[in-house]
Amino acid sequence: MSAIPAPAQSTPAFDRSPPAPSMLAGTLAIMKRELGGYFLTPVAYVFIVIFLFVTGVFTFQLGGFFEAGQANLRSFFTFHPWLYLFLVPAVSMRLWSEERKTGTIELLLTLPVSLGAAVIGKFLAAWAFTAIALVLTFPIWVTVNYLGKPDNGVIVAGYLGSLLMAGGFLAIGSAISAVTRNQVIAFVITVVVCFAFLLSGFPPVMGFLSGWAPQPILDAVASFSFLTRFDSISRGVIDLRDIIYFVSLIATFLFATVVIVDAKKAG
Amino acid sequence: MIEIKSLVKQFGTFTAVDGVSFSVKRGEVLGFLGPNGAGKSTTMKMITGYLTPTSGSAIVCGHDVSKDPLAVKQRIGYLPEGAPAYPDMTPESFLNFIASIRGLHGAARRSRIDEVVAHVHLEGVMRQSIDTLSKGYKRRVGLAQALLHDPDVLIMDEPTDGLDPNQKHEVRTLIHEMAARKAIVLSTHILEEVDAVCTRAIVIARGKIVADGTPEMLRAKSRYHHAVAITIRAANSNLVGAARGELQRLSHVMGVEDATLNDGHASFVVMTKSGASIVGDVSQLARSKGWEVDELRVEPGRLDEVFRTLTTTRSAGGAA
Repeated sequence: MSAIPAPAQSTPAFDRSPPAPSMLAGTLAIMKRELGGYFLTPVAYVFIVIFLFVTGVFTFQLGGFFEAGQANLRSFFTFHPWLYLFLVPAVSMRLWSEERKTGTIELLLTLPVSLGAAVIGKFLAAWAFTAIALVLTFPIWVTVNYLGKPDNGVIVAGYLGSLLMAGGFLAIGSAISAVTRNQVIAFVITVVVCFAFLLSGFPPVMGFLSGWAPQPILDAVASFSFLTRFDSISRGVIDLRDIIYFVSLIATFLFATVVIVDAKKAG
Repeated sequence: MIEIKSLVKQFGTFTAVDGVSFSVKRGEVLGFLGPNGAGKSTTMKMITGYLTPTSGSAIVCGHDVSKDPLAVKQRIGYLPEGAPAYPDMTPESFLNFIASIRGLHGAARRSRIDEVVAHVHLEGVMRQSIDTLSKGYKRRVGLAQALLHDPDVLIMDEPTDGLDPNQKHEVRTLIHEMAARKAIVLSTHILEEVDAVCTRAIVIARGKIVADGTPEMLRAKSRYHHAVAITIRAANSNLVGAARGELQRLSHVMGVEDATLNDGHASFVVMTKSGASIVGDVSQLARSKGWEVDELRVEPGRLDEVFRTLTTTRSAGGAA
């Protein structure tokens, strides 16, 4: 190796104070590391295999894909919210808990990147990871195209809605992961919170509120429901309001993550 | 290169750092001494921009860490306590990640990584996961990370903690080699380390600086400073008592301590009044009395004793 003995070297090989790396470069570097990190442990493979297996079971067994005799993927998408409820928190639980547990958070936050860039980078990595899992369900799309003539626009909308919903779950999970250094606690709380978001607008949540909460609050809570919004997107109805809803939900929870990580540094 | 002005950090009602001020120039190696929980780490975390000060300022290379944290973070190499690194990564991928965040690309990145890796001797383990590395290697990965961008300011929280004596020596040699070109701050509770690497030491207790000076200056605060240790042949304890009495009668002698008789050798530590030099008087006395002197030496002062005095004396008042 051509290792240069450095001790007495007085002229470093590069500029003494390089210009600050842009926010984008920092975000991308963190995203790349984080995404690579998923594949360094069995987590990624276990997740993807289970995701593909369970989507298969749900679509064909419970959803009656063949029995319905329709060339669409409704039976495939219907179960995504419920799958995500348990699988996405498993991805998001490590985002910040692990950094705090291993102490690397101190390293990460003393590197020349803003906290916002770190939060976004990590979130994007998790999101990209779920996107990879989602893309790997392509055989079902191939199948339905082989068997009939589906409306591929609706299917694309379904994938888009599914991805947005996964992003919403992940952003919630990111914020909760920042609260605790214990991944199991992060997982459980995320499942519960996501469940509430999923079902707001449906009997369990509405029944809990309807006795005492005023109507405007009931309406507001009902409008939070992932399920109704995802349902309309996966039907091919891309309403801008639904997209804005998911995007602003993600933005809100990422902002919450920044606030929580910042507040928790001292602990 | 580092200017700290009345830095304060409060956690709720607890004041971890209470008005700390100091400055560090290029070429200085500042040792941060203090018992656990004295505020060493908290101070370092504020300088490196991890924690936000409650009040006061930290200016690194002309940039205020509260106003322009990124500019400060770019110029600092920081080794946090315990040298954290992503356990699933290899040193190779880890250093590449740090390099990309630090804005090092292409040939500059490769040559810089090669240089640092050679410097801290990581060549053999570059493709092993950090998880599987020994403590010494993990520490080197942390050092490599901190040195990657050849920072002007290097801050290390207990860089040798938990290392074996050989590894400690290596880390200290490394610090020595870099000392002239950088401003270095390191924290430790190992006193020998101060002598081994530091040009200056700050003792901190309960969030406040209680001493600031060269290791020699600190030692001069010791009551053992200029004391004389003498060992003479002595057949029996009568002789020891007699010798002790003679020594005590010398002018400028405060008293005689640690008198021991061991295998026909009597040792004394002759304490001096107000730091006066008494070695001449002691040796003259020994000659005139015809003592067979095995050893005669002047105590430079004992750092551990100074450390204890500085960090405990005020606790009685403080705790009340």
